[in-house]
Amino acid sequence: MAADRTTSAVAPETTRAAISSDARRARRSRRYRLTGSYTVLTVSAIVVVLPLYITVVNSLLKEDQIAHQPPPLFPFHPQWHNYSIAWTQGNLGFYIRNSLIMTVCIVIAQLVTSILAGYAFAFLRFPFRRTLFLVCLATLMIPFEVTFITNLTTVTSAGLFNTYAGLAVPFLATGFGIFLLRQAFLQIPKDLQEAALLDGYGHWRFMARVAVPLARPSVAALGVFAFLAAWNQYLWPLVATGGTTPLDTVQIGLKQLYGTQADQINVALAGAIIAFVPLLILLLIFQKQLVRSLTAGAVK
Amino acid sequence: MTTTGVAAAPSRRRASAGPRRRRRREAALGYLLVLPAVAAFAIFVFYPFFNNFRLALYQTPPVPGLPSRYVGLHQAGHVLFSNAYGFPGSLLTTIVFVVLVVPVSLLIGLGLAVAAHRRLRGIGVYRMIFSSTVVSSVAVAALVFGTLMNPVVGFLPWLGINPTPPLLQNPTWALPAVAVMTIWQFLGLSFIIMSAGLQSLPDEILEAARIDGASAWTRFWRITVPMLSPTIFFALVVGTIYAFQSFGQIDILIPFRNLPANLHVNVLIYNVVNTLTQENNTGVAAVMSIALFVLTLLVTLLQMRFLESRVHYGR
Repeated sequence: MAADRTTSAVAPETTRAAISSDARRARRSRRYRLTGSYTVLTVSAIVVVLPLYITVVNSLLKEDQIAHQPPPLFPFHPQWHNYSIAWTQGNLGFYIRNSLIMTVCIVIAQLVTSILAGYAFAFLRFPFRRTLFLVCLATLMIPFEVTFITNLTTVTSAGLFNTYAGLAVPFLATGFGIFLLRQAFLQIPKDLQEAALLDGYGHWRFMARVAVPLARPSVAALGVFAFLAAWNQYLWPLVATGGTTPLDTVQIGLKQLYGTQADQINVALAGAIIAFVPLLILLLIFQKQLVRSLTAGAVK
Repeated sequence: MTTTGVAAAPSRRRASAGPRRRRRREAALGYLLVLPAVAAFAIFVFYPFFNNFRLALYQTPPVPGLPSRYVGLHQAGHVLFSNAYGFPGSLLTTIVFVVLVVPVSLLIGLGLAVAAHRRLRGIGVYRMIFSSTVVSSVAVAALVFGTLMNPVVGFLPWLGINPTPPLLQNPTWALPAVAVMTIWQFLGLSFIIMSAGLQSLPDEILEAARIDGASAWTRFWRITVPMLSPTIFFALVVGTIYAFQSFGQIDILIPFRNLPANLHVNVLIYNVVNTLTQENNTGVAAVMSIALFVLTLLVTLLQMRFLESRVHYGR
């Protein structure tokens, strides 16, 4: 972690000669700077959080309170049943289940395909290895917005339109995941592999018992990243379900909730909070892994 | 995890097999492990990608059921160079949208990262808050800001901001309104990328400049920004691609069915999706999606070429 040298460098001097006016001034200016820092940080934090806070407040208001001017800043009579209405009448329960099934399928599939391919590219020698690796990387240059037209036809003609399989199937592998895990596997010392081979480990056993456990930080980073990306997907679930069916994911469900019940904005907002909370928990638990995956490639 | 702990019997097969046979077995295993990923890419990335170019050559029949007609490049020219499908307008709107979203979110992200780059008590909470919008989906962000910008419900009427037609149906303000929401949503990622960049910088140079009496403003523009330029460059590419793909927020906030012609929110991806799903015109959608791909590729390459020469990579 980067230390703040601006504050820590001053500290020894102030303790050594606390009586001198120089030091006192330094300490005072340090306190001002500290107050200034906290003020800037707190104001920024409030601005960033404010939209979400207002959403939470609105989701707990009665219908007739929502259009009140000035808008209430605190829900003095929280209407928790807005959440149960969103869950039952708004079908959020179903949508969340659909999202979970789709997301878990995608995460597991991406982890498996990335581990297998990443292992092969890192540990095995075979003709066209480099070419195949570049082919995997090339997929990163092709945005999904370009491929979804034909994918929709493919999935429909395979009879997978509006099914869980259809929701997940275009995302079974990821060039990013293969790249990330290959890098992690390459960090594993060659000696370790040789020692394992001498012990009679085959490649499968070495992968399961040594390589994957050692690459755990990257595996976790990929898992969290894949979860976030899959859960928040919008375009594919919209077109692959037609956008009006019970098989919609929670993101499309929010669109339905927002579009159909214009007079019940509070219920729609309760739905938005329900959809947001699982990911907030994910962020709280896995912040390190998430940051790791999001910045892979940013800092060399 | 120790490998020496398990004393398995040495593999007899391996000992007896010749080196060539062992190599062949290794290669076979390699192909087997790569197969699932490569097969998935072949079916769901490369085939659709190349198929797009084929689709672009065929005209979708006006009535479903009829065979599509081969028209060669005629259709592509018609889409790209005439206003029949709103392509030139979409292109312009997309570029305006990128300009509205990317620089502002990068600047705010950088500012927050610099502010949070301190060892203070409770700094973790602030970092968490600044990163938090990264987990917000477009749908959540759309609902949050759609309500804030609502002409009846939100804070805007109370603040006296109440344009007619309302913000999200207003020809002047609809696109900036969507941009504000997108900036908020991209802020978390921008902050995370910038923070990671800052943490990888050596603090000595900033410290030396501070001792030499350089003001915070000077230090920021003369030292932090140049040294951080690889990170900013990366965030710029990510942000631009992100803005190119912004679809969900517009789809939720501004229904396509009653989209007024003068409401300039018809960004390329929005045009592609609605041409496909609302008008069922696969051929035209394919042409426009190829244009979107070329645009993405071009921006990535241009940014690499022009910025990399000026970017400071020294450590």
